[in-house]
Amino acid sequence: MREKPVRCDQVADRLPAAAEGLEALDPAARRHVEHCLRCQADAVQYRRVLRAMRALRTEVMAPTPGLVPEIRAALGEAGERQALRGMVGGRRTAYLGGLAVATAAGAAGAVVLTLRSRRSKVRLAG
Amino acid sequence: MTGRPDDLSALVAAAQCGDERAFESLVRATHAEIYTLAFRLTGDDEDARDVTQDTYLRAYRALDRFRGDARFQTWLYRITANSASTLLGQRARHRHDELTEEAPVADDRIQIDPSARVEGDSLRHHLTDALRRLPHGLRSVVVLRDIYDLPHDAIAEELDISVTAAKVRLHRARRRLREDLYAQPHEGEARAV
Repeated sequence: MREKPVRCDQVADRLPAAAEGLEALDPAARRHVEHCLRCQADAVQYRRVLRAMRALRTEVMAPTPGLVPEIRAALGEAGERQALRGMVGGRRTAYLGGLAVATAAGAAGAVVLTLRSRRSKVRLAG
Repeated sequence: MTGRPDDLSALVAAAQCGDERAFESLVRATHAEIYTLAFRLTGDDEDARDVTQDTYLRAYRALDRFRGDARFQTWLYRITANSASTLLGQRARHRHDELTEEAPVADDRIQIDPSARVEGDSLRHHLTDALRRLPHGLRSVVVLRDIYDLPHDAIAEELDISVTAAKVRLHRARRRLREDLYAQPHEGEARAV
C-alpha cells in the first residue's frame, strides 16, 4: 500500500524541531522535507535562528553600576534577619527547656510527697 | 563568566562552609551573566536587577542543598528562571488588560527588506528585538532552551509547567522568531510531496 503524501502545512508545525536537525522529525515529515525545497528553506531558517540564539550565549551584558553593592546589602539584611531569627529561636528553646525542667521537678516532688505520705500511713496502720 | 569552573568549585565549597567572602566572590564572578539571563527573561533593567538580587538571596539560603551535580552557573540559571517566572506571573495576575500567549503583540518594527535585515551580524540584533517582543511565557522557554541549553524537564520544573507544555511553547516561540526575522512562511498553502 502506498503511503499517503504529506503536505507542507502538515509539516509546518513540526519544522521548529528541525532547528536541531532533520533527525528530530518523525520519518514521514523527514521524507517530505528531504524532497521539498520550500520546507528545506524553512528548516534552514530555523537552524539559522537557533545558531544565532546559541551565539547569544557568549554575549554578556554589563549591568548598570551598583548591582553588586545592592546584592551585598540584600544578603547582609537577610543574614541579619536570619541571625535575629536564630536568637529568638534560641531564646524560645531556652524558655521551653526551662519550662520542661520546672515541670519535671514539680512532677518528681509530687511523686516524693505521695510516697512519703503512703509510708507514714502504713506505719500508723502497723 | 569571569571565573573558571574550578575556581568556582573552590569558592562554592568555601561558601558552603560559611565563608561569606567566598560567596561574595561567587556573586562578583557570576552576576553579569545572571543579570544578562534575567534581562533576557524579563526584558527590563529594573526587573532584571530585582530578579538578580532575588536569585542570589535564594542561592545563599539554599547553598547547603547544592550538591555539585550540575555546574554552579546552571544551578543559578534555574533559580533565575524560577525567580523571573514568579515576578512575571505575579505581575500578570495583577494586570487588568491581560494578554494571552496567542494575542497579537504590537508590531513596532521598522520596515526593512527581510532578506537584507537577517544577514550577518544584524541577525543577532534583530533576534534580540524579536525575543523582547515575545510573550514572556514563550520567551522564557526559548531563552532557557536555545541560549542556555537547559533540558526540557528542568525548564518545566522551574516554570511550573509540564514538559509537554514546555516543548509546545518552544516550538511556538521558534516559529514566532522565524516569522519575525524572515519573510512570512507559506502556512495555509498545501503542497504534497
